[in-house]
Amino acid sequence: MLTPRRASKEVLLHPLTISRNENERVLIEPSINSIRLSIKIKQADEIERILCHKFTRFMMQRAENFIVLRRKPVKGYDISFLITNNHTDVMLKHKIVDFIIQFMEEVDKEISEMKLSLNARARVVAESYLAAVRASSPVI
Amino acid sequence: MAPPEVFSLSQQTPVTCHAFNADRSQVAVSLNSNEVLIYAREGSDWKHIDTLTEHDKQVTSIDWAPKSNRIVTSAQDRNAYVWQQSPDPQTGHMIWKPTLVLLRVNRAATYVRWSPNEDKFAVASGARAIAICSFDPEGDWWVSRLLKKPIRSTVLSIDWHPNNVLLAAGSAEAKARVFSAYIKDVDKRPAASVWGEKLPFNTICGEYASPSGGWVHDVAFSPSGDVLAFASHDSSISIVYPGGPAVYSIKLSILPLVALTWTNEETVIAAGHDCQPLVFSGNQGGWELVGSLDDPQSNKASGGTRSGLGNASPVGRLNSAAFNTFRNAAERGISNVPGSPTVGSSTESELFTVHQNTITSVRVYDGSPDNVTRVSTSGVDGKLVIWDVSAVTPIGATGLAGKLGKMQLR
Repeated sequence: MLTPRRASKEVLLHPLTISRNENERVLIEPSINSIRLSIKIKQADEIERILCHKFTRFMMQRAENFIVLRRKPVKGYDISFLITNNHTDVMLKHKIVDFIIQFMEEVDKEISEMKLSLNARARVVAESYLAAVRASSPVI
Repeated sequence: MAPPEVFSLSQQTPVTCHAFNADRSQVAVSLNSNEVLIYAREGSDWKHIDTLTEHDKQVTSIDWAPKSNRIVTSAQDRNAYVWQQSPDPQTGHMIWKPTLVLLRVNRAATYVRWSPNEDKFAVASGARAIAICSFDPEGDWWVSRLLKKPIRSTVLSIDWHPNNVLLAAGSAEAKARVFSAYIKDVDKRPAASVWGEKLPFNTICGEYASPSGGWVHDVAFSPSGDVLAFASHDSSISIVYPGGPAVYSIKLSILPLVALTWTNEETVIAAGHDCQPLVFSGNQGGWELVGSLDDPQSNKASGGTRSGLGNASPVGRLNSAAFNTFRNAAERGISNVPGSPTVGSSTESELFTVHQNTITSVRVYDGSPDNVTRVSTSGVDGKLVIWDVSAVTPIGATGLAGKLGKMQLR
């Protein structure tokens, strides 16, 4: 039993939300033998939304390599981690904290890089397409 | 100011619990498995001499009776065993013989402690009950009586009052309680104390809630038995004067404490997720955090190469490792990429404290109950450490006001 059953409410603490605004928030759900941490990554526009979805999906399909990562996020969030007592037994606590911070920094960086390269690519495509249009159409 | 003695019993496996024998020449530990290992001291090292295998699941708690030299163990397989040394009929060597205890619980046994007279012991369990076990000479086994009301959740810890009758229990429903565990055939009528006068079995002598509804991880009676201390998951430690009736709660800004012990009538040592034993002292007038037995600042200096965390306060350093990461990222644009020259938590592999992970057990090592001179701690990092109680490193006066909330009298 990784997460406690809903039946025993004593072993669940109050969930905690830390948010900057409604698009960037973290949900922490502690229990007696595990903690679930869900993060909503900032998605400013449609491109970021698509990139974030694809990227987190890519990660979560390989969740077993990340040990503490869940395959499905909690509803309303993009990515969820579950740290159980077994994880804290075999790994150093401060290292798990560091891992999650670093993991999320990487995700942020990766998404903004992808967005930049996507924009650059779109610009190149548009330029070459419009060049073809300009060459073929008669000059008015 | 003797430095702490540090023994690494295992590299990666956590030490679930530990118990020394009377002369401290042997220690029984469980390394997060179903076995109890007994180590004997050889100079400055511990040598594995015996393994007690009878449990099917993880051992949760061990206690070694100093006078009668018996070990009691509890495990997640819902059983408890009493181990007694007897000569092997063939070889004549002394071996540990298990006796099964009829616990009558249907959940894991979580904690076990001998009573001061060693004629009974209490087993806490997840079945919302505490089994008080006493020896039945007719049946030649240990029989139990269950303390049930009004426990509503797993009992996480217990402690015996020196009068051999009263029992304190901390549980997951955020309550610490004092019960009477009086058993007619075993106990004489106890003298009246601050906890009450008439004490039939299952009398509730006191019930105290943790300040913000955290699980009560550990409870302990003071040497005289007139004061109760408990540590709870809301990062607080509470000291109860039943005569008062006053409860002093110290709310801390560090990670929760999970184990505590009294070293004299006015001092408590508590440790937990912050990886260092903290010293609290006070009396009926009030309680405060005095300092730490660990000295992360000097450990850091001896470490040599570490610098970047110089302004980190000794308490809550684990917090500040993460905190510094964010602060560096936010204020100075330094992110913790591995291999980058910045000194951040991700390039560190060690904490400055002696223990590298949560301390799960604090026990008296040396001294009489009302004047303990040394305590032992064990934790998830597989270390067993013996600390000199007098070697307290004060926590900086500047950091104290900011780091620690005001003590509250309820």
